[in-house]
Amino acid sequence: MKITQLSVFLQNQKGCLYDVIKILGEAGIDIKTLTLAESREFGVLRLIVDKPEEALKRLRAEEHVASLTEIVAVEVEDRPGGLAKVLKVFSDHGINIEYMYAVVEKNANKAIMVFRFDDMDKAIAALSENNIRVIRGKDIIHL
Amino acid sequence: MIYNEKMECLAPGALKDLQSGRLRQTVKYLHEHSPFYRTLLNESGVSVPSVKSIDDISRLPFTVKDDMRQSYPFGIFSSKMSDIRELHVSSGTTGNPVVVGYSKEDLDFWAEVTARALCCAGAVPGDMIQIAYGYGLFTGGLGLHYGSTLLGLTVIPCSAGQTRRQVKLLQDFKPRILACTPSYSLHMAEIASEMGLDTRQNSLEIGIFGAEPWSDTMRRNIENCWDIRAIDIYGLSEIIGPGVACECHFKNGLHVPADVFYPEVIDPKTLKPVAPGCTGELVITTLTKTGMPLLRYRTRDLVSINYGKCDCGRTMPRISKVLGRTDDMIVVRGINIFPSQIEGVLLGIKGTQPHYQIVVEREKGLDKLTILVEMDQSLFSDKMKQLQAFEEKAAKEVGSVLSISVKVKLVEPKSIERSESKAKRIIDKRIL
Repeated sequence: MKITQLSVFLQNQKGCLYDVIKILGEAGIDIKTLTLAESREFGVLRLIVDKPEEALKRLRAEEHVASLTEIVAVEVEDRPGGLAKVLKVFSDHGINIEYMYAVVEKNANKAIMVFRFDDMDKAIAALSENNIRVIRGKDIIHL
Repeated sequence: MIYNEKMECLAPGALKDLQSGRLRQTVKYLHEHSPFYRTLLNESGVSVPSVKSIDDISRLPFTVKDDMRQSYPFGIFSSKMSDIRELHVSSGTTGNPVVVGYSKEDLDFWAEVTARALCCAGAVPGDMIQIAYGYGLFTGGLGLHYGSTLLGLTVIPCSAGQTRRQVKLLQDFKPRILACTPSYSLHMAEIASEMGLDTRQNSLEIGIFGAEPWSDTMRRNIENCWDIRAIDIYGLSEIIGPGVACECHFKNGLHVPADVFYPEVIDPKTLKPVAPGCTGELVITTLTKTGMPLLRYRTRDLVSINYGKCDCGRTMPRISKVLGRTDDMIVVRGINIFPSQIEGVLLGIKGTQPHYQIVVEREKGLDKLTILVEMDQSLFSDKMKQLQAFEEKAAKEVGSVLSISVKVKLVEPKSIERSESKAKRIIDKRIL
């Protein structure tokens, strides 16, 4: 039920993002989506890729600090109120979202959001209880 | 004016006799009162009666900062605690700070040597002095305060900080003398300009600056900026604080009150004396202290020494401005900082060997400390707030150990420059 996300540390400096993306490109890693969180001093790049373990290996070999984290991808109805419906579940169950971002999906009328929670299992249980579809890792890769 | 002409202009022969007598007394006193020195003297095979003249000093063992750290807090004191009147604290290389205890006699001598230093700088009784060195555990503020009071100056005990207020008082009270760190005097000038004041139009004639290294270029800047005579004063809390040496108006070396503090300059590797005029490590023996006398304390400061009589009439030996350090200590805003202190704190937080670098910059006369810490796998998290929390926690803990505010910045692995596979710990971008 969980999806593996790749996170990479980036210093706020020219060329850092390019360097990471270039390594992934040369390794033949397909990026499904990515988001960049930044502070004044540094950033954290979070990506969903087709081969996270391979990507991690390549980045670490090039002296980058990176890690794998489990996240949850949720199908959201692509209409007004769709996201609110999902968020209500978390709110009702007192589940905190650490961060979230969207997955680019081609040719579909559903949107996909990925979430990082403090308590992943509780979140998944709450979603199934409310009949909200949680997407499997291999499905997201084959989007 | 010479505060204690009898002592400060003593003929060399008479000075040597006085030093010899005081050294004999000190060694005897230490052997009787200090378990630390009794052991040290016995281990070095030096018997008390064999110390006859000041020339015998070269047979005595050295004392180093680590001896104080290891005997923390009071183990190196020679007086009973009930005879200690005051305690001061300065930074140690790691962990424990260095504690200095002053007996009543020590405080009296401290006032005497700082009064001598103030006179040497050009102060005369009746002058007003603004003391902008920190008051408290740091010796700068109180040391100059005691000397000023003894000399008969009017003291404005501003301590450091609240710069706008300091500038206002300077304008309104019209002191003739300002005492602070050289960098703080430049910061005050920046603030004064921001307040729309012309720093050259003021009552100040003399600035007494110390507690951090500064060059003659910086001296010229300060002198131009404030239109004053800038005098270098030297001291270290282990010995007493300010008053260990001070320039006279000839600005040709800092006079050491050698009847009270006996200076030697040695080669830090061979530990043998270097010739006058050559650079070596300053070693000081206290000849009159009772609370915490020190034998041959290795200051780690590099200076040269000149035994010639000064044009001002003083016969006391003069040391050069501090030319460097034999260790990696740096001075930021008058506070001594060792990279090892920072390393200790970082190790405590992370539990791994951190790669870090200390960057010191000067902005508007104010020193800024940034610690770059290399990110590593054990520290990394996909959660931004966890990384920011680390930066804040590290900054807070390092700041509290150093007693100065610092910023911690996470950087990419291997991004800190290494020379011969060893990380370069300090990047000092200040123009001193």
